Amino acid sequence: MIPSAFDYYAPKTVAEAVALLQQYGEEAKVLAGGQSLLPLLKLRLATPRVVVDLGRIPDLAYIRQDGNEVAIGAMTRHETVEQSEVVRRHCRLLAATAATIGDVQVRNRGTIGGSLAHADPAGDFPAAVLAAEARLKVVGPGGERWIAAEDFFVDVMTTALDAGEILTEIRVPVDSAHTRSAYEKVRQKASGFALCGVAVRLQLDENRRCQGVAVGVTGVGAKAYRARAVEEVLRGEALTETVVVAAAEKAAQGVEPSEDAQASAAYRAHLARVCTRRALRRALAEG
Amino acid sequence: MDKRKYVGEAIPRVEDRRLVTGTSHYVDDIRLPEMLHMVLVRSPYGHARINRIETAAAEAMPGVVAVLTGEAIRGRIKSIPCASEMEGLKVPEHPVLAVERVRYVGEPVAAVVAKDRYTAQDAADRLEVEYEPLEVVVDVERAVAPGAPVIHEELGDNVAFVLRFEGGEALKAAFERADVVIEQRLVNQRLHPVAMEPRGVVAEYWPGEDRLTVWSSTQIPHLLRTQLAMMVGMAEHRVRVIAPEVGGGFGSKLNVYGEEALVAYLARELKKPVKWVETRRENMMSTIHGRGQINDVRVAVTRDGRVLGLEVRILSDLGAYHQLLTPGIPPLTGLMLSGPYKIPAIGYEIVGVFTNAMSTDAYRGAGRPEATYVLERVMDLIARQLEMDPVEVRVKNFPQPEEFPYETATGLAYDSGDYEAALRKALEVVEYEKLRQEQAERRQRGELMGIGISSYVEICALGPSAALPAGGWESATVRVEPTGKVTVLTGASPHGQGQETSFAQLVADELGVPLEDVYVVHGDTAVVPYGIGTFGSRATAVGGTAVYEAVQMVKEKVRSFAAHLLGVDWEEVEEGVGEYRSRRDPERVVSFQEVAQAAYLAKSLPPGVTPGLEATYFFEPSNFTFPFGTHVAVVDIDPETGEVKIRRYVAVDDCGRVINPLLVEGQIHGGIVQALGQALMEEVVYDEWGQLLSGDLSSYAVPRAGDVPWMETARTETPTTVNPMGIKGVGEAGTIGATPAIVNAVVDALAPRGVRHVDMPLTPEKIWRLLQGDAKA
Amino acid sequence: MKKTIHVTINGREYEHEIEPRLLLVHYLREVVGLTGTHIGCETGLCGACTVMLDGRAVKSCLVLAVQADGGEVRTIEGLAEGGQLHPVQEGFWVKHGVQCGYCTPGMIMVACDLLERRKAPTVEEIRRALDGNVCRCTGYQHIIEAIQYAAGKLKASSADERGTSSGAPEA
Repeated sequence: MIPSAFDYYAPKTVAEAVALLQQYGEEAKVLAGGQSLLPLLKLRLATPRVVVDLGRIPDLAYIRQDGNEVAIGAMTRHETVEQSEVVRRHCRLLAATAATIGDVQVRNRGTIGGSLAHADPAGDFPAAVLAAEARLKVVGPGGERWIAAEDFFVDVMTTALDAGEILTEIRVPVDSAHTRSAYEKVRQKASGFALCGVAVRLQLDENRRCQGVAVGVTGVGAKAYRARAVEEVLRGEALTETVVVAAAEKAAQGVEPSEDAQASAAYRAHLARVCTRRALRRALAEG
Repeated sequence: MDKRKYVGEAIPRVEDRRLVTGTSHYVDDIRLPEMLHMVLVRSPYGHARINRIETAAAEAMPGVVAVLTGEAIRGRIKSIPCASEMEGLKVPEHPVLAVERVRYVGEPVAAVVAKDRYTAQDAADRLEVEYEPLEVVVDVERAVAPGAPVIHEELGDNVAFVLRFEGGEALKAAFERADVVIEQRLVNQRLHPVAMEPRGVVAEYWPGEDRLTVWSSTQIPHLLRTQLAMMVGMAEHRVRVIAPEVGGGFGSKLNVYGEEALVAYLARELKKPVKWVETRRENMMSTIHGRGQINDVRVAVTRDGRVLGLEVRILSDLGAYHQLLTPGIPPLTGLMLSGPYKIPAIGYEIVGVFTNAMSTDAYRGAGRPEATYVLERVMDLIARQLEMDPVEVRVKNFPQPEEFPYETATGLAYDSGDYEAALRKALEVVEYEKLRQEQAERRQRGELMGIGISSYVEICALGPSAALPAGGWESATVRVEPTGKVTVLTGASPHGQGQETSFAQLVADELGVPLEDVYVVHGDTAVVPYGIGTFGSRATAVGGTAVYEAVQMVKEKVRSFAAHLLGVDWEEVEEGVGEYRSRRDPERVVSFQEVAQAAYLAKSLPPGVTPGLEATYFFEPSNFTFPFGTHVAVVDIDPETGEVKIRRYVAVDDCGRVINPLLVEGQIHGGIVQALGQALMEEVVYDEWGQLLSGDLSSYAVPRAGDVPWMETARTETPTTVNPMGIKGVGEAGTIGATPAIVNAVVDALAPRGVRHVDMPLTPEKIWRLLQGDAKA
Repeated sequence: MKKTIHVTINGREYEHEIEPRLLLVHYLREVVGLTGTHIGCETGLCGACTVMLDGRAVKSCLVLAVQADGGEVRTIEGLAEGGQLHPVQEGFWVKHGVQCGYCTPGMIMVACDLLERRKAPTVEEIRRALDGNVCRCTGYQHIIEAIQYAAGKLKASSADERGTSSGAPEA
């Protein structure tokens, strides 16, 4: 119920934050929205000596269109992503996904960057950024670099962030008139996390043939993943129900689904197939 | 002319202003000067020997005042009490802090007291306890099997008691006569009660006065006081227990816990106030659990669906120790095995079993939901086997209204009832015939739609003292103050049920005063005469009756004073609303206030009448009451995910006379939703090592707003003959009636796929597996 | 290492020196003395501790007090104005949305958050808004009705305001 004692720093710039992380190394934890970190602190599952709060750095919370991308500051709250006109117009998938996260209090407080960097295997945003083929900007002691969403998630709560690096921005290619997307989620009843969540984003041609596709799956394995096998079945095909069903069958292919008190591996794999099918159908029904 | 203005009306509660403005006081809101905080160190093992506890590092921390271990306080605090009595019952020693051995995850091992909660928690983390893990047994069947680890070695084995009963006609003959015998194992899983306010205790001791005051989040302040006094070795009249605002109990606070005694002991030892407030994880580890029964059922039936006999073997998972009523809960299941039906022969055997788990005890319904679940699943199994409509089977076995009081084979006398009327009303509201048609059509299309019925009778208004471990009566004092304001003291100690309103409604009507002139006080043993508490749907039926009787006594005295002031005979006083007139001379009037004042000024007393205007009544009920009803659930199942959606929910309940229909509806709603939790999502899970896998709200799902259907409620009203107001009680109807309705609906939906039964909770995965055909139930 | 924070709570300014690990809910309850905000779990899943921080509902057990530095907090105690209950509080009362009362402050605060954004929420929208709040007593139905009642009341009062400013006669 009570965190163990720590020193608290609220840097004013990303550079300062990076310097603090460098200084304290493993002993430091980054605080973004706190909706995942606070429970860990309170249960003393995390006992950092130093907490570095990104909340006082101006200009880490923004949403703007930049050419053919939407740029979202890492400290942008879920609720802001959900309500943003820019996101709704140009990257509907992210808004739709944001709307399913936790509950309104969590959405009011939690941030997209925090959610991604925490890399909870049942988090919602990881699936969405995979399907949106986002790229992530990280800033560290060696300067900044970009990581493709697909390369970002490494394992359970482990990302490609190096020591001292901070995720600062998420960039998502804008929707075209031919983009269709959907996020389909089965909630774990107690926690609100995804027992399974599938995000799909399709590019269709005039004949509703699939010109581009990305499918992100969360909740099933140790990390969110791109369902490449599904994508292969869809790419280049006219998306009939038969194709959709056949593609969805491959949603858990090559993945070792998690097994715990909440669900068996078999059920998780099954849900991956069901959610993929449903997400595809919903995306196609979009218009 | 009916002068009643309040009784029967849906009046918003008088207690709510403080609750909607955040100005009420729960235990954790109490702050006393120099107050210290206690944090407990609990066992991480399901079963282990304690080899060593190293306290020095914790004790050395600044701000730490005391560190206590079980060894250090051995003999200073008596065993945590068990009030249930039964022939041959094994009662293990139950220390407030474990000595030598721990027997469940969460058992308190040491207490740390410090100047604030943060420091106490830090110190608790510094405590080093060396455990030697022992073999764990959490499964009841394994616990009674040969070779199982024995949880209390001094007791020989893990069987705490065996209770056998056979009543009515000969059971063996009934089964010989039967055309059909149906057997089924029915499991009532363990549940966490999850009252929203965790438990908490504050104690303060004044050495000069030798006075101990304990604030506890309890349903039973008086019983707690008696037990606490004995546990810490104080004279009972030196101990005052206050149950301030209590944030829900559902039976989990109908208990005496080690922490209550520990905090009291520490306050006395340290001569400073001490507070302890449970975290949610502690709440789930070490506040009592509910249910936990495996019932092997055999039923003997005639070809046309008449039940001839019922035999049940109950394996009851008691947990590692007895809490206050632990062994007393499963016998309630046995007692209620006739349900709302005429079952001529009933036999049962209850085996109470120790396991390496938290104690089970009373959780809303307490033994009766288990019985109802047995009967209502059985009725559906009969209907299925004999290809009858579930309605028909039920109606065929109901006793008729003229058969009341109806005597069951288990030895109860049901007070009053018209079970078929409630069932018919529920069917009418839900439009049963139409639904069955719709279901037939949907089944044609392969859709999974189910309709579930549950008819129940519950045993409430607990109860005659002879049948309860610690008194079944309730007390009330009605006091008219000199200004005419009325104070009501009730021993019933409500905690969310709203008796501050319903009792005020009752008294205001009886005395003809405005509702706001009646103030209901409860939960303070220094102010309120000894009482029993709120549980077992008893507060209104038993506590309310005590109020009713007390107010009759006050009215008699009011009349005497009114007659005296009017200068007329007693019979010549005409009662108005808040005033009294001479029948002979209607111009002569005295007000209620004038009467009240006269009673206290006592310048002139009516002959043989004493000053003052108050009365106390201890009501002893002659029997239980037996509310009843029928619930109907309509569900749709997603064949792909196994998710259950409750489309309609209709509840027709008969709780006798009603004081405030708004509160009755609230009780019904809440109970149904807790039942829904048991049916669909809740389950305490210990793994084979005794680790609690459902130990917080991220792993134990309780119903949220989005899980709940819109509930359609209706009532029939059959007054009880047990008390003068005809009130039966309603607090547990929902959890008793609703669970099988939902399960029956789900099984009905799955019937075309060959499913005959599914164990609770009916999680999507379980249903999906059944639909895959990989697990036949 | 202690930190000094400045927080405006229910319109009043406070300055305190606190430990960085102090949770906002403990700050409100233990330091400021506003005990109307309750604690029902430690994993941020019950919602009993919901308060408004800078105009939005948050779980005060998942926020450090230092994070609220410079911010504006509104708690259940700050809702009624001049003894006049807020329409949401009134709704919970009139519709019997309260039993034991422990979840009530959190429920009311999250309902306020909803009604500030949705003037006439549907039942489904209300259910969704309550996703993060557990009530174990009421079965939620009366809570939903309470929020509908409040929505109606707020709508009527904003219609009143419009009516007054435009000087339009009552319909």
